[in-house]
Amino acid sequence: MSAPVWNNKVVKWVDDRLPIISMVHHAAYEYPTPKNLSYMWNFGSLAGFVLVTMILSGIFLVMNYTPHADMAFDSVERIMRDVNYGWLIRYLHVNGASMFFICVYIHIFRGLYYGSYKAPREVLWWIGILILLAMMATAFMGYVLPWGQMSFWGATVITNLFSAFPVIGDPLVTWLWGGFSVGNPTLNRFFSLHYLLPFVILGLVVLHVWALHAVRSNNPTGVEIKTPQDSIPFHPYYTIKDLFGMGVFLIIYLYFVFFAPNFFGEPDNYIMANPLSTPAHIVPEWYFLPFYAILRSIDFEFLGIPAKLLGVLAMFAAIIVLFVIPWLDTSKVRSSRFRPVYKWFFVILVIDCFILGYCGAKSPADPFMGLHGLQVITVGQLATLYYFLHFLVVMPVVGKMERPKPLPASISESVLKGGANA
Amino acid sequence: MSQTVQSSGDKPDENRRDFLTLATTAVGVVGTGMALWPFVDSMNPSKDVLALASVEVNLSNIAVGQAIKVMWRGKPVFIRHRTEREIKEAEDVALNQLVDPETDDARVKKKEWLIVVGVCTHLGCIPMGTATGEPRGDFDGWYCPCHGSHYDSSGRIRKGPAPKNLHVPTYTFLTDTSVKIG
Repeated sequence: MSAPVWNNKVVKWVDDRLPIISMVHHAAYEYPTPKNLSYMWNFGSLAGFVLVTMILSGIFLVMNYTPHADMAFDSVERIMRDVNYGWLIRYLHVNGASMFFICVYIHIFRGLYYGSYKAPREVLWWIGILILLAMMATAFMGYVLPWGQMSFWGATVITNLFSAFPVIGDPLVTWLWGGFSVGNPTLNRFFSLHYLLPFVILGLVVLHVWALHAVRSNNPTGVEIKTPQDSIPFHPYYTIKDLFGMGVFLIIYLYFVFFAPNFFGEPDNYIMANPLSTPAHIVPEWYFLPFYAILRSIDFEFLGIPAKLLGVLAMFAAIIVLFVIPWLDTSKVRSSRFRPVYKWFFVILVIDCFILGYCGAKSPADPFMGLHGLQVITVGQLATLYYFLHFLVVMPVVGKMERPKPLPASISESVLKGGANA
Repeated sequence: MSQTVQSSGDKPDENRRDFLTLATTAVGVVGTGMALWPFVDSMNPSKDVLALASVEVNLSNIAVGQAIKVMWRGKPVFIRHRTEREIKEAEDVALNQLVDPETDDARVKKKEWLIVVGVCTHLGCIPMGTATGEPRGDFDGWYCPCHGSHYDSSGRIRKGPAPKNLHVPTYTFLTDTSVKIG
């Protein structure tokens, strides 16, 4: 890639001293992109768009928010009632969080289906998981800030997870709280970190895109770009495709903002935090439900590890396991399009995650989907078992046993012969 | 420095350099750790939080069979005026039936008064069963609605995911009808 020649003197003067214009040109215009990307490749840039929306709406919310246990709840109500367009900014922020997770979860499953975690994209994948972890921490702390009943008790339950660790558990929880229970010091530090972490995420996104540009985008065939015929410049082809996808996405996002702004929320969070009374049914936000189900499904001791600690470890392991899948997956073929057996296990994994989500939303002793004699906890345990089996057993074994379909010689050949039907 | 103490002839300064590198690194690591500590410790409970560490409660208005919640260190403490039946139930349980074995005697100072921290030892919810009419679980004590832990009339865990008995705070009876918690 030769450096572009700038005709405009001002542009040239700046670029000779700080080649930032060349860099942007290189990254966004010339970047050779596989010519067969489907709409599944829209969700990365969509997630980036939501991140910017969240940071901007958040900055404006802070101008009217008071991070104090006695005043936080009222200041949020004031934003909703008295601040000009406060309701709009807050609902953009609240529903933006859900949209962020929808985009990122689709983005992750896209990567899982098309083998985007395999060499040479392992570091790209790792940075993605770090972004997910940072997002979870940010979302959790943000949910605490309105200081409603769910804020308070969600914070209590989640911080208490750390008390499961032997010896350091209790001092650690006291340290997290800054007191002997969730209280004003906790709210203050969560506010501070909730403001900080999005910028950490932004930094990780820069690394993510940097790594992406080093190894190039994967594509639905999983076959690397071999000749210039396989790729097209990012601009205008994918800028326009991303823009179209963004239009569709905005229709959905703004539908919730304007017509169902509390769809993803819990009514209990419009009751001010009360340290003396726990709501009858505590549920985390929807995007944490599968992990919450894994946490609760462990109600037994194993190898002398108490159930509580084991549940916490299982929940963290559910994400940590993603770091090692580049090596757990033994198949040489990236895209599941050409993997007739694994493809079905992938479908089972997706269904499994939905089942976990359902179990996380219900009480453990409830009947599963109204079926008598089948408790939510039992189904949750089976679904947890499959989640780990998928990564630890299915991935290595199926990769070795399966005979993949023949791969196209190149992206071009696949496109000319009609993609997956070739 | 004298050259005669060098042990390896062809690389005369190797040992001294290694020592300097190690010492510098060690000072750097320890120094960074010491500089970091104030920031870490600033997140621990502050002096004003610690100062609110005790509370006095008047017990004269609590009838037999009744219980109250008081705030202590930001969390509720349950004070229950136990009935004869509740005391007997608590004392009659065989220790081998308990998840976290403790005798009732070890958990109370006066048999009729049970004083425990009202925080479920599972994940920190407030168990129900203090106010009249709330579910008391299968063992006449408390029931935690979050994940279904049952506590008995001595605040001991009997069923459900909680690993420990309800914590007993330090307290002293100032008079027969007044207690200081903390």
